[in-house]
Amino acid sequence: MGILEVKNVGKRFGGLKALDNVNLNVMENTVHAIIGPNGAGKSTLLNCLIGKLIPDTGSVMFDGQSVLGRKPHEINQMGISRVFQTPEIFGDLTVFENVMIPIFAKRDGAFRMHAIESVRRETDIVEAAEAMLADVKMLEKRDAHAGSLSRGDKRRLEMAMCLCQQPKLLLLDEPTAGMARADTNNTIDLLKEIKASRPITMCIIEHDMHVVFSLAERITVLAQGTPLVEDTPENIKGHPKVKEAYLGEAAH
Amino acid sequence: MDAILLQILNGLDKGSAYALIALGLTLIFGTLGVVNFAHGAIFMIGAFCAVTLSRLLSLSHPSAEPTGTDFLGNPKFDDVLYVNEWFGETAGAFIIDWSVPLAILFAIPIMVAVGFIMERGLIKHFYKRPHADQILVTFGLAIVLQEVIKYFYGANPIPTPAPEVFRGSFDFGVLLGFEANAIIYPYWRMVYFAFALVLITAVFGFLQFTTFGMVVRAGMADRETVGLLGINIDKRFTIMFAIAACVAGLAGVMYTPINSPNYHMGMDFLVLSFVVVVVGGMGSLPGAVLAGFLLGILESFASMPVMTSLIPGINQIIIYLVAIVVLLTRPRGLMGRRGVMEE
Amino acid sequence: MLGLQAKDFRLLLIVVAMTMLAPFILNPFPVNSAMAQFNAGYPDLMQRFVIFGIFAIGFNILFGLTGYLSFGHAAFLGVGSYAGVWMLKLLTMNVVPAILLSVIVAGLFSVIVGYVSLRRSGIYFSILTLAFAQMSFALAYSVLTPLTNGETGLQLSLDDPRVLGVTQVDGTIPAPHLFGASMRASYDLVLGGWQFTFNVGYYLSAVVLVLAFYLAIRIFRSPFGLMLRAVKSNQQRMSYTGLNLKPYMLAAFVISGMYAGLAGGLMVAMDPLAGAERMQWTASGEVVLMTILGGAGTLIGPVLGAGFIKYFENIFSKINDTVLHQWFGFMPDGLEDVVVFIVHPFIGKGWHLTLGLLFMLVVIFLPGGLVQGGQKIGGLFRRKAPADDSATRKQPAE
Repeated sequence: MGILEVKNVGKRFGGLKALDNVNLNVMENTVHAIIGPNGAGKSTLLNCLIGKLIPDTGSVMFDGQSVLGRKPHEINQMGISRVFQTPEIFGDLTVFENVMIPIFAKRDGAFRMHAIESVRRETDIVEAAEAMLADVKMLEKRDAHAGSLSRGDKRRLEMAMCLCQQPKLLLLDEPTAGMARADTNNTIDLLKEIKASRPITMCIIEHDMHVVFSLAERITVLAQGTPLVEDTPENIKGHPKVKEAYLGEAAH
Repeated sequence: MDAILLQILNGLDKGSAYALIALGLTLIFGTLGVVNFAHGAIFMIGAFCAVTLSRLLSLSHPSAEPTGTDFLGNPKFDDVLYVNEWFGETAGAFIIDWSVPLAILFAIPIMVAVGFIMERGLIKHFYKRPHADQILVTFGLAIVLQEVIKYFYGANPIPTPAPEVFRGSFDFGVLLGFEANAIIYPYWRMVYFAFALVLITAVFGFLQFTTFGMVVRAGMADRETVGLLGINIDKRFTIMFAIAACVAGLAGVMYTPINSPNYHMGMDFLVLSFVVVVVGGMGSLPGAVLAGFLLGILESFASMPVMTSLIPGINQIIIYLVAIVVLLTRPRGLMGRRGVMEE
Repeated sequence: MLGLQAKDFRLLLIVVAMTMLAPFILNPFPVNSAMAQFNAGYPDLMQRFVIFGIFAIGFNILFGLTGYLSFGHAAFLGVGSYAGVWMLKLLTMNVVPAILLSVIVAGLFSVIVGYVSLRRSGIYFSILTLAFAQMSFALAYSVLTPLTNGETGLQLSLDDPRVLGVTQVDGTIPAPHLFGASMRASYDLVLGGWQFTFNVGYYLSAVVLVLAFYLAIRIFRSPFGLMLRAVKSNQQRMSYTGLNLKPYMLAAFVISGMYAGLAGGLMVAMDPLAGAERMQWTASGEVVLMTILGGAGTLIGPVLGAGFIKYFENIFSKINDTVLHQWFGFMPDGLEDVVVFIVHPFIGKGWHLTLGLLFMLVVIFLPGGLVQGGQKIGGLFRRKAPADDSATRKQPAE
């Protein structure tokens, strides 16, 4: 039994079959990568997982519950956190406030009217936020304005915000897209650290093979809206179908 | 049946004004991405162009009358209109009578200039600013324009009559086989409706059939891509702003015989035109026109005695009610596209 | 102190001092001096300062924190006013029930308006609130005449039933009071050439302002306030962090609507009448301007903005050409006339023109408002201030 089970998911946009009979099983405490050439349906699949799109057919179960038809905040409260292609953080707030918000969300749920209490008196939140910032080595930047951080730091902060919710599943949407090699390697190291330090399931959607093969324990290859193969990185590397899918793309 | 027809006709002139203002708002919004709260003020300036022209035409100077002397033996002076002096009595009288339609020619250069100055001088600097800032600065501008007009023209409405020939009413009922006087409709309102149709057709034709229009439409759909093609879209957008200002201004010029212009007419029409744009669908030009006429007609239906006796004052709030219902059931408006102003 | 950080507590003390000493601060000139026209220490104007201050503080909780620009907040003030007058007509001339009902009715009304308007964001939200306000105006002006007395406005009359009070006192309408202390009662203190007026109504409003300000500080510094600022900053991240935006927004909207109702109730307590023009969109625009002028998102900004605008409205409206000629009398005659001619459109009835220009200038050159402007000037003098204080620059919340 996987923590995330996608069964027979299909999605059409007009005449275009974006997803066709997709089955996917993400096992607990693994790093699972979804790769595929452009237009293979990776983004559509991701959007189905986070409630942005509702598939026409099939089911998406997380931890025994269906995610379909739920709002993004409900899906997050179920235990799925998401890292975006370009880091989505609260640019107008300080780094420390950025980290506090998800901790509040974790403790108090989707809404709580705590309008009179002072943020600074919420000692458990403050401590947890400090611990998390120390964890990602950003404590000295706690009062900096999040919008003024470097891109790498923004990514780090976004990860920290996701992690302090102790998600059961972390979804990463091309976390290194548009990054320089050095930044990419830093991100890989960060993800490895995270994986090593706690039990967590990660699902990475990625284009960059270097990232995928450094991190993933299982890989699903998507092409033209259907999964071609699902296997370990070693087996995927030499798989003829995968070569064909990617070469097909290269030949275009 | 005749009552219904009458209300539809009655709704057309207000609907025309809504449609024309909403068209300009949508053009500006679609091309520049700016929410222009000063667009109503442009409509008002147009109306005051007509007032100004009719005042200019009635300028006169005293001139000595060669034949007469007053009882003290001094030469007698008469006020002589400049137009009469220049064009002769008959032509002069005709020009004064036709001052409102003539004001169109007078207003076009003024409105283009107003639009150009507004865009280059102010709005240009707000493209990258948040929508709230755009709303606020154009709101301030609207107040300023309205107060300037009030300063020069006073607070009272200024009657500006239509040409003599259009002052009567036409009996539509007889034409359609109803009793006499069942459906009578002022000529000028017919003129206004026809004028609005011509203007709307012209704008759509311009956007549809000229290269310039094609680029603008492409820009409305996807500004970045058009920018990548190396086309200087900003310059075209400035021109689009001037055109939108012109459309609103001319709508104002021709509206003066229907409602005597006053300094706050712009604000009155603006709020409703915004509602029209939202109902039609933000960024949809046909939506703006359609919703303009629909809401105009709806408003006139709500003003029927039957309706007002049922729900007093329904005519005052019907447009807002409809807007709220439309937005709740069809958040993108009647013909709105996905992705316009969604974030 | 009082659950506040030292900084915020200082700010509260400043507001307490400003409001409590206002009769002195606003009357710096002797009664018979030429400068007496710049005095603002009379009850009617001081009441307006604090009441609009409360209105702006409430508006800032919505606009300053969440960035949602409501263009219809005057409607809540208007609704509150009507509710207040009815309470004075039917129940008692004691202002407490009137003010309470104003807050409650405005709160309920803002639940409805907020629920509908908040289904959309950005510019749609602004237009929806604007539409609601204009609709309320139309309703109050004509449709609901039995409740609002239409154009004339709702007033007290000599035959109001007033269940818990008296209908008439010696053939006149009794004055609103707070447990017996008439709102109109004033004490004049004459010190040499100076005269200071202490008015019961003003002090009631001032105390309410201090409480409203204190509550606003608490909200700003609370987790709820943090969430509202998160809404302004990044809604996408917010919902992917497991937070439901809608109840947060609705709560902020209703709180600010209740502040507006409170202001409306106080207005009625000071002067028991309510008219539809209070709900017009220009009135909504005015509170937006107060907030922005002072500094949206800052604590003290809206209070300053409200005072600034109401003060200059009063001064500008009083000035006429004769006064101008007096002022510029030192100039050579020709120049004097030119200057008077130029200034003339902006004074007296031209206050709205000045207001509109001010609006544009603030948005164009000083988006952070007076508070930010003050900080910039302060920064010029304090050369040693570190250059990289971007965090404080973006959040001039002090």
